[in-house]
Amino acid sequence: MVVGKSIPRVDAYDKAAGRAQYTDDLCGASALVAKIKHAEIAHGCVRSIDTSAAEAIPGVVKVLTCFDVPPYQFPTAGHPWSTDPHHQDIADRLLLNTHVRYYGDDIAAVIAENEVAAAQAVRALRVEYDERPFVLDVQEAMAPDAPQLHDEFPGNVVGHTEVRRGDYAAAIAEPGLTKVEGWYETPTVQHCHIENHICVAHMEAGRVVVVSSTQIPHIIRRVVGQALGIPWGKVRIIKPYIGGGFGNKQDALYEPLCAWLTTQVGGRPVKLDCSREETFVSNRVRHAIRFHIITWVRPDGTFAARKFECFSNQGAYASHGHSICAKGTNAFPQMYPCDNLECDGWTVYTNLPAAGAMRGYGIPQAMFAGEAHMEDVCRAMGADPVDFRRQHVMPVGYVDGFSKNENYFDTFNQVMDKGMEAIDFRRKQAAYRNQTGPVRRGVGMALFWYNTAVWPISLESSSCRMVLNQDGSVQVQTGETEIGQGCDTAFAQMAAEALGIPVENVHMVSTQDTDITPFGTGAYASRQTYVGGFSIRQTAELLKERILKYAQEVTRQDAWLLDIADGNIVRRSDGRVLLSVGELATTALYSLEHSQHLTAESTYQIKNNAYSFGCSFAEVEVDIPLCKVRLLRMVNVHDCGRLINPQLAEAQVHGGMSMAIGYGLSEELKFDPRTGRALNNNLLDYKLSTTMDHPDLEVRFVENPEPTSPYGTKALGEPPACSGAPAIRNAILNATGVAVNRTPVTPHILFDRFREAGLL
Amino acid sequence: MYDIQALYEATSVADAVALRLAHPEAVVIAGGSDVLIKLREGKLAGCSLLSIYGLDELRGVSLEDDGTLRIGSLTSFSHITKDPLIQQHIAVLGEAVDQVGGPQIRNIGTIGGNTCNGVTSADSASTLFAWDAVVELTGPDGVRQVPIADFYLGAGRVDLRPGEIQTAIRIPRAAYEGYRGHYIKYAMRNAMDIATTGCSVNVKLAADGTIADARIAYGVAGPVPCRCPAAEAAARGRAPDDETVEAFARAVLTDIHPRDSWRASKAFREHIAVELARRALRKSIELAGGAR
Repeated sequence: MVVGKSIPRVDAYDKAAGRAQYTDDLCGASALVAKIKHAEIAHGCVRSIDTSAAEAIPGVVKVLTCFDVPPYQFPTAGHPWSTDPHHQDIADRLLLNTHVRYYGDDIAAVIAENEVAAAQAVRALRVEYDERPFVLDVQEAMAPDAPQLHDEFPGNVVGHTEVRRGDYAAAIAEPGLTKVEGWYETPTVQHCHIENHICVAHMEAGRVVVVSSTQIPHIIRRVVGQALGIPWGKVRIIKPYIGGGFGNKQDALYEPLCAWLTTQVGGRPVKLDCSREETFVSNRVRHAIRFHIITWVRPDGTFAARKFECFSNQGAYASHGHSICAKGTNAFPQMYPCDNLECDGWTVYTNLPAAGAMRGYGIPQAMFAGEAHMEDVCRAMGADPVDFRRQHVMPVGYVDGFSKNENYFDTFNQVMDKGMEAIDFRRKQAAYRNQTGPVRRGVGMALFWYNTAVWPISLESSSCRMVLNQDGSVQVQTGETEIGQGCDTAFAQMAAEALGIPVENVHMVSTQDTDITPFGTGAYASRQTYVGGFSIRQTAELLKERILKYAQEVTRQDAWLLDIADGNIVRRSDGRVLLSVGELATTALYSLEHSQHLTAESTYQIKNNAYSFGCSFAEVEVDIPLCKVRLLRMVNVHDCGRLINPQLAEAQVHGGMSMAIGYGLSEELKFDPRTGRALNNNLLDYKLSTTMDHPDLEVRFVENPEPTSPYGTKALGEPPACSGAPAIRNAILNATGVAVNRTPVTPHILFDRFREAGLL
Repeated sequence: MYDIQALYEATSVADAVALRLAHPEAVVIAGGSDVLIKLREGKLAGCSLLSIYGLDELRGVSLEDDGTLRIGSLTSFSHITKDPLIQQHIAVLGEAVDQVGGPQIRNIGTIGGNTCNGVTSADSASTLFAWDAVVELTGPDGVRQVPIADFYLGAGRVDLRPGEIQTAIRIPRAAYEGYRGHYIKYAMRNAMDIATTGCSVNVKLAADGTIADARIAYGVAGPVPCRCPAAEAAARGRAPDDETVEAFARAVLTDIHPRDSWRASKAFREHIAVELARRALRKSIELAGGAR
């Protein structure tokens, strides 16, 4: 049984030794360099671009502007395509845009022999604009007289989700209710993966080939085809190793532009390598969302009614659009069910960088607001935060009517028990009561809700190919992509177990190439270990059946009596080893009587989905005069079903906790209100947290095997980023009595709030 | 790939001076941790560079005959932190520069570059101000000694004349003997950050336990690092007690001039400056062997 073991990552040695090849490693020295001219106004129209000075710079090959691009508006979201036009992603941008919709919009591109000439040429472009008023605030953008961003969306509203249950208005008339109301705000943040987005495009045999740092090669092929107006089969996307994505690369970033640029220079290779500054502004960001929550509580602590409103700042282009806000809005009624409910979620265009997918996909925002609010309800009712949540949280046996997801186990109580024990919650709660000094400690917690994968909103399918070698080893290919999270290792373990061969005999083909890799939609929605498991199991069984059928010819034993164990063909009836899979494969390939190349390939469409739950516990020390929070301890507890590789699972949680710490305490992309320009789009001024800002990250698991998965597994990729920030906020509240309803809780915010509270 | 017009590499201090005169437009580069960033941002695009990085005679810490502590301008932060003379006589400087950026920056960044860059946030600068450091400049007319407070002319501007390079930073014996100090860098992160405010304090206690001298300097409390004479006066000759600490801390507001920016408000910076003065003075008194 190799599933469940902490084997080393299959790519560990190559990555540690620097042998692993990334996009820039694969790019030849002869590639031309492309650089983009970004708009320096937040809203308006490009009147003209004078390219003459740029074109005169030695080494400049071509300058292309927003007046040159193909007329095809295209969508960028990394969603499976829908054949239903009403369900398709919004196509609202061109490769370069004449209508500038944010400070940093792409308006021209320079192709040069080298980076220096390209940079000089970009600086030499002279642009004239017709400026228009702009709007940065999400609710101001909904006002009737607000600047309009897209003709197709009058009023700037991208989408609206409405949930109604019972009769809210009647329910709040019940006498004796306590009303708890709050506004909560989450910031714009960026993924900050190590490798910035990079792609290299060239032409071959009349087709466009793009090597790209992406999470979703098969989706990129479709989007490049749409953006260039060419058949999708004319596009080939290759995805090598990538240095992280966290959702930013679950989007068509610059692959369509780069693909078009090579067609403009005779198919010569063109490299487009984003700087960190561009990555912050001109890729994607996490949606900043403003929440308004009201809970009406009966004297016995039960909920009479709840109201939830949220306003999601989409920025200038739709990207993943309303999906993020909708996910958060739909989580609200499921997490703490209530009979009388009104939920409204709005996604609205503004003149800010486009928001897209980012680890958690709306849930870190919704959990910050929802779990901060739950804490406020607890305090208003004088209730214990854990006991009160136990009373209200989604019960065992709960089934969501839409997704048909079921809460099979008492996970919420189990994770809270584990977390409380790990951090010694009850003792610390008591110890931290009634503090008065300048430095105070506190403990806090938060739960999270997360859905694995995207069924039934979108397609869920996975394809796999297995090819048997002469020595009995197997190449495994899937459309699911390794983006640093370790899925290749988990897949190798699954394949080894299903085939009955040693895991070192499984060779994962890490690169996806849309010409040769079976179709799959890629890394997102914490889906791959779950969905990949179905096609790997199914394909392994197909291959095994072929191997055993051939073994019947060689051994004269009934295939039904045979099995594969530890890389050998064994007779099940007495356990005798008949021959190795390697011997069989060599015979099969070179037999003069019956030669056969043993392979298998299959697609599995998944029509199930799974809840993934957990919690965070945080302990903080707040230095009130310095307005500083020190995170002393943080414990995350997850139920992601059965662990495929416990060490990799723990590492996955560490990364998510780190992201949650930054989200809770320091990270925010800021914009100049006078111009719309990003103020801190670099890693010095954007306060991504470092290891020096972290305590040891503590991880616990509850392993309730997911009944719908062949390997008992479900989401873990995104969940670790979901509950940390509200746990920190609630711990600060516990320490100081000050409730901060926005994240990140920076010293600047605490300075203001402590003064209001009379602590300074 | 950097947009550089030309690179001149000096082989000696005299050669550096000659190159400075021959190519006055060339930007002097030492470790490069500031210059290369400006180049990458396009601010210095197309410039010429004059590298003094190879001048090993400008590396290292030594004691001159009169007891003056001499730090060669190309001494890296990590070498300063680990230097025994620094640890013995002015440990706080080693602690302060150990808070610059991260390990890679501290290995390449030099104290000369940190001061010639002229920025108020430099982690070395407030401590050098607080210890009456003197900047040694070598030019066509020989060597010039300038008190560090006079070396800073304005934000990003220092008193480097045509043909000059900075060759050392010197701390006279009287400025360090008997003093103990503490630096607090207040930043948004515990690593890889620049100071929101940096505060360096040192004290010398008299035989009777009173404060014979106290010195305090800030980074990011104005366009250049600054001392706070009012606070120093409030502590000098006083007992090292809470009352003195409070008077000292309150008085810093007389001399600092932080500004509002998107990075931090003036009110916040002033509040933090006062609290840092309190803590840094208490710690300095403790280090000097005084009662708390």
